[in-house]
Amino acid sequence: MLCDNCKEREAIINLTQVEHDSKVTLHLCEQCAQLKGVETGGTVLKSPLGNFLGALGKGGGGALVPAAGDGIRCPECGSSLRDFRDAGRLGCDRCYSTFDAHLRDLLRRLHGSSQHVGERYEAPGEAGTKPDPRSRLLELKAQLRRAVEGENFELAAELRDRIRVLE
Amino acid sequence: MDLALLPDGGMRWLDASGPKSTIVLSTRIRLARNVRGIPFSQRAKDSDRTAVLERVREAAASSEHLSSAVAFHLDEMQRPDRQLLHERHLISKELAGLEREAPPRAGAALFVQDQVGVMVNEEDHLRLHGMWSGFNLEDAYAAVESVDADLGKLIPFAFHPEFGYLTSCPTNAGTGLRASVLIHLPGLVLTKEINKVLQGLSQVGLTFRGLYGEGSEVVGNFFQLSNQTTLGKTEDELIDHLGKIVRQVVEYEEQARDVLLKTAPEEVEDKTWRAYGLLKHARRLSFEETMNLLSGVRLGVGLNLLPGPGVYTLNKLLIYTQLAHLAAMDGRSTGDRELPTVRAAFVRRLLEDEPTVEPR
Repeated sequence: MLCDNCKEREAIINLTQVEHDSKVTLHLCEQCAQLKGVETGGTVLKSPLGNFLGALGKGGGGALVPAAGDGIRCPECGSSLRDFRDAGRLGCDRCYSTFDAHLRDLLRRLHGSSQHVGERYEAPGEAGTKPDPRSRLLELKAQLRRAVEGENFELAAELRDRIRVLE
Repeated sequence: MDLALLPDGGMRWLDASGPKSTIVLSTRIRLARNVRGIPFSQRAKDSDRTAVLERVREAAASSEHLSSAVAFHLDEMQRPDRQLLHERHLISKELAGLEREAPPRAGAALFVQDQVGVMVNEEDHLRLHGMWSGFNLEDAYAAVESVDADLGKLIPFAFHPEFGYLTSCPTNAGTGLRASVLIHLPGLVLTKEINKVLQGLSQVGLTFRGLYGEGSEVVGNFFQLSNQTTLGKTEDELIDHLGKIVRQVVEYEEQARDVLLKTAPEEVEDKTWRAYGLLKHARRLSFEETMNLLSGVRLGVGLNLLPGPGVYTLNKLLIYTQLAHLAAMDGRSTGDRELPTVRAAFVRRLLEDEPTVEPR
């Protein structure tokens, strides 16, 4: 189908607007859609936070996500705040601690609070929890895979023995 | 791929057995979880992703609720098969790799047992979800929660004392819970009250989407209502709040239908019978037209203006008239130009098979 606006390019976006209570659907190509201020599929889906974060960067909330980043990178995954702003996704769980001041502000704006009050979780084997024997086994198997991948065969053999005992 | 491995095709919720199922098609719960110490999906290397899949596979095998789960490895599946799973609401468009021509990456998988599934290596490492017939937040949450508790004992999830469960996108952090209902609101659309209701939703912390969630269009007067925030409230509070609002929206819809019956009974009856007539006799149907006609018929059935078909049949038509389902049924490609003809023939067949239901 050709674009309803330019009638030249292939329409790839259906823009549905409600005007005077009736639904009007326009079939638009990417360029015309952008002219009408519609973000095209990729950007919207990839980064629902993109706009929000971008706006914060430009507006008064600049301190929330520094435009150039203040040089901090997550020691675990190497992501910077700039990466987060571009992708709308954090790199790893450690990022929440690395950028905690910024994220606390952001979470408050998004959710009205940054304090989780729902279910408390304790990972298997954490202090105070009784380790589930099944989780011990799974953990050893994960270590074994890493050992084999890293060609650390001595460790792998030892792990294999321990797994055998548990099984 | 053999979808026959799934009892009910993974869609027991279609059977219209749940509360309020003429108005509320289904209730869905999902929980976002990540494995501690492994980069989130977007930044993960293929080896990280396969490590996540391995962990989930092993945990599922020794868990109480997923030990006989059927596994689908999306990176080994052809596009039409992946699209089938998406059309059944079992996987997101993203996990199915339908968004752009990028096939799923290594480790993208789905585990399904009964009415609960786990998407692996989606935006988060694990997306646990369950879909129930009608308006039934309690049962859906209880089932997904027990799978979560089970897996959480076997896989160390990323959790922070202040921020709760950590997710790739901060919009899901905290509980990681998204509760949603798929609701049919033709009365509010026809009485032009719908915009007021939808605007009201955002003021009470809820959001609405189309049939397939984020980024999908509203078709056939189906709206997906869900909680917008996931942090700062308990799981029960989030679910209770959504439940309260949905009950109110259902009430508004019932009132709107009463108004329609009082002020324009003949028009409504005519509209619904016309929709039924078209579905029963048309020779070519687009998906969008089918959805709109099904909406008219569903309204007529809900108002006892039409003696049939049953809601189960109407639900089946919503799923099986989609592109990948029709193509698979008829051995065609999803780009086949004859699909509208195949669709119309299928709709006629299903409606003819339907025993006439006496008016209640």
